[in-house]
Amino acid sequence: MSSITIGSQAPAHGHEHGHDQAHAHTASFLSTYVFSKDHKVIGIQFLFSTLLWFLVGGLLALAVRWQLAWPWSDVPLFGRLYAAEGGQMAPEAYTMLVTMHASVMIFLVIIPILAGAFGNFLIPLMIGADDMAFPTLNMLSYWFMWPAFFFFGASFFVEGGGAAAGWTSYPTLSSNPPAAPGSMSGQTLWLLGLTFVGISSMMGSVNYMTTIIQMRAPGMSMFRLPLTIWAMFITAVLQAFALPVLTAAGFMQLMDRELGTGFFTPEGSIINNTISTAGGGSPLLWQHLFWFYSHPAVYIMILPAMGMVSDIIACFARKPIFGYKPMVYSIAGIAGLGFIVWGHHMFVSGMNPILGATFMVATMMIALPSAIKTFNWLGTIWGGKVQFTTPMLFALAFVSMFIIGGLSGIFMAATPVDIFIHDTYFIVAHFHYVLFAGTAMGVWGAIYFWYPKMFGRMMNEFWGKVHFFLTFVFLNGTFFPMHVLGAVGFPRRLADPYHYETFRHLQPMNQFMTLCAIGMVASQIIFVVNFFYSMFFGPIAGRNPWRANGLEWTAPSPPGHGNFDFQPIVYRGPYEYGSPETTEDFYPQTQPPPDNAPPAPPGGHH
Amino acid sequence: MGRFWSILFLMVLVGGLGTFAVAPVINHWLPKDVSEHGRAIDGLFYFILGLTGVVFIATEGVMFWFLWKYNSDSHSEPVKFTHGSHSLEIVWTIIPAATLLFIAIYQMNAWAAAKMRKPEIPPTLEVTAHQFGWSIRYPGTDGELGTKDDIYLENELHVPVDEEVLLELKSADVLHSFFLPNFRVKQDAVPGMKIPVWFRPKAEGKYDIVCAELCGWGHYKMKGQILVQSRRDFDLWLSQKFAEQSAVKGPAAAGASEE
Repeated sequence: MSSITIGSQAPAHGHEHGHDQAHAHTASFLSTYVFSKDHKVIGIQFLFSTLLWFLVGGLLALAVRWQLAWPWSDVPLFGRLYAAEGGQMAPEAYTMLVTMHASVMIFLVIIPILAGAFGNFLIPLMIGADDMAFPTLNMLSYWFMWPAFFFFGASFFVEGGGAAAGWTSYPTLSSNPPAAPGSMSGQTLWLLGLTFVGISSMMGSVNYMTTIIQMRAPGMSMFRLPLTIWAMFITAVLQAFALPVLTAAGFMQLMDRELGTGFFTPEGSIINNTISTAGGGSPLLWQHLFWFYSHPAVYIMILPAMGMVSDIIACFARKPIFGYKPMVYSIAGIAGLGFIVWGHHMFVSGMNPILGATFMVATMMIALPSAIKTFNWLGTIWGGKVQFTTPMLFALAFVSMFIIGGLSGIFMAATPVDIFIHDTYFIVAHFHYVLFAGTAMGVWGAIYFWYPKMFGRMMNEFWGKVHFFLTFVFLNGTFFPMHVLGAVGFPRRLADPYHYETFRHLQPMNQFMTLCAIGMVASQIIFVVNFFYSMFFGPIAGRNPWRANGLEWTAPSPPGHGNFDFQPIVYRGPYEYGSPETTEDFYPQTQPPPDNAPPAPPGGHH
Repeated sequence: MGRFWSILFLMVLVGGLGTFAVAPVINHWLPKDVSEHGRAIDGLFYFILGLTGVVFIATEGVMFWFLWKYNSDSHSEPVKFTHGSHSLEIVWTIIPAATLLFIAIYQMNAWAAAKMRKPEIPPTLEVTAHQFGWSIRYPGTDGELGTKDDIYLENELHVPVDEEVLLELKSADVLHSFFLPNFRVKQDAVPGMKIPVWFRPKAEGKYDIVCAELCGWGHYKMKGQILVQSRRDFDLWLSQKFAEQSAVKGPAAAGASEE
């Protein structure tokens, strides 16, 4: 099994666990690598599962792009699966593809890769704990993803195909089985899958909060935590408070579908020649409940990446993070405001326009903490010594792309402009700049950065940079033109937009974007090969290959069970690069201050 | 290599500006505006574009310059050991906050004009969205909607130029969104709700009606047409339609009245 090298127990530490040999071999294999309670193994399990779904989501996106570039022409590969006639894509297959691309990417990739993979792997290591507070709960949080994997995966193969009402699943399209082919069993499976993702997230969230509050190493005060941990902590709080609403809404929709409760169906709808028996509900109720979770979820999908990017940038600028406390407060500010801006998804939904104006003001204000974070990242680079390593390039790309994603948000926050660009490619451009060009860049940076800690070996730098260059160029080729498509009013989710006079001339641009998207997905082959080759043949990393300050870099690579082979004691914050107190250009959190140092070391305060 | 990567990040700035400079030239830009309030929306769009453009140039430019100047290949000075600047934080908190607040207040009027200040006129017509088309109903000679002499049409909407149009938007089945790109009008049609939509066309011509909310497999083909005509042509067309439909309905209607 190739998984031997990915476990927490490096050969060097094998002898410490000699007593395990008393157990049957299979039992110890299962408990070490499969039903492990070790946060590192669970983190890596999350990483592998989510990367696999990342591939699935990417291929779904390519099928969408194919249809937009060459509508109704035979689709390579997918054609055999979803053919109406020959290899041509059926329009209902197109709506399913856009729905499932988003659902897979959001619920099975971004949320679990940030909180599940990196949250799990990094939290105990970065705070100096030997594991999570509740290891069994942690293990369950991973295994509760599997029903979700199953339900989402199986939904492609049931009658009518997977869910096709958009990832937002707006009733009454989603809640009435006759409304669309994908609203048959596919939608039920989608709702069940969503519920399990929610349970998994909730288990993780409780665990992260408890661990970060209770299990910090001696000396690790809250304001000496790395920003990654702050971001994970606040994300966990967001999950805990927002998720119950989505879970409840999901069950209501499930009951509407299965029991005819009619929470979301008004009187007298005739859908696909079927008179709906229920009534007394409102489709807008779902939108409020859904976005009450899903807007905070947008921040759940970016805050951890912001945290990780901050750590990477400080490390490779060889300089303390600029404005540590403003960074913490702006994460908290984003989280707080994040709860009162959900209505900006509903400006043209029929919601009271006065309420819309209120949400607009809150939405404008949430741009502020994001701006503060960007200025502080730039301040961190200023006066440093920037090392252009692969993780740094991805982290810098995060900042550069987040500026675009942040600025385009102001257009749609302005309610009158949103009337025009709502549900157009301008929105698609915006969230791909935040979630792909932002979060995914941050995730790649984090993979290249913490890979040596996960697997004890370095990834290849040259191929890492080739991977970065191609991904960066192609992603801009794919997503940047979406802004100008949006300016024409080019709508989302249309299987064939070109029979509208207004949009006919946009097809060549779409073909260009599709070619870039194909290039972007193809470039990931370099990453996959580098990832697996380095696992076995990469240079041995040692404990601290990047000369970084964080606690995780004082543990062995990979860390054994229990993480640290000594008791870490923390003397300062994690960003004291270039401190005059030492001759090195880094200053690990565990290194005692010199005797002649001033009595109260700065420790990240200013 | 530091120089190479710095320039790659400069290319974000160059490419971004270049795209927005070329787009209007090749007609990948805001479609022709033919409604009164469209001017306000476009104006706001350009205002935000200018503002965000300046911020984009400044931040991406600064980022390039820092990467170019402080890259470890060529920069030999020791790093500036600083944990931040209180006064800078205050400056870059207050300036964006004031700017954002200004945009928020500045746009209120356009929002109110588009969605709050409903004109005090009887509705010109009623649009009912359904899978997958637009059912349109005009009042007949009595000038009232919902009476026997209403005129029914499918996917074809006519309005007089330079007059306020007020339509009532409904949905028969699922969510739809009534989108007129050229009029900068968009409003979701919600089952169980009757939502007023108004605009004032200012140029005659034929334009697209687009459905902008996913409504099922046929969403893409839910296409309609809006014709802006002079008052004379509009009246002529309406009376023609009225005549056609009463001719069809005629005997039945006559039969009903005899009883």
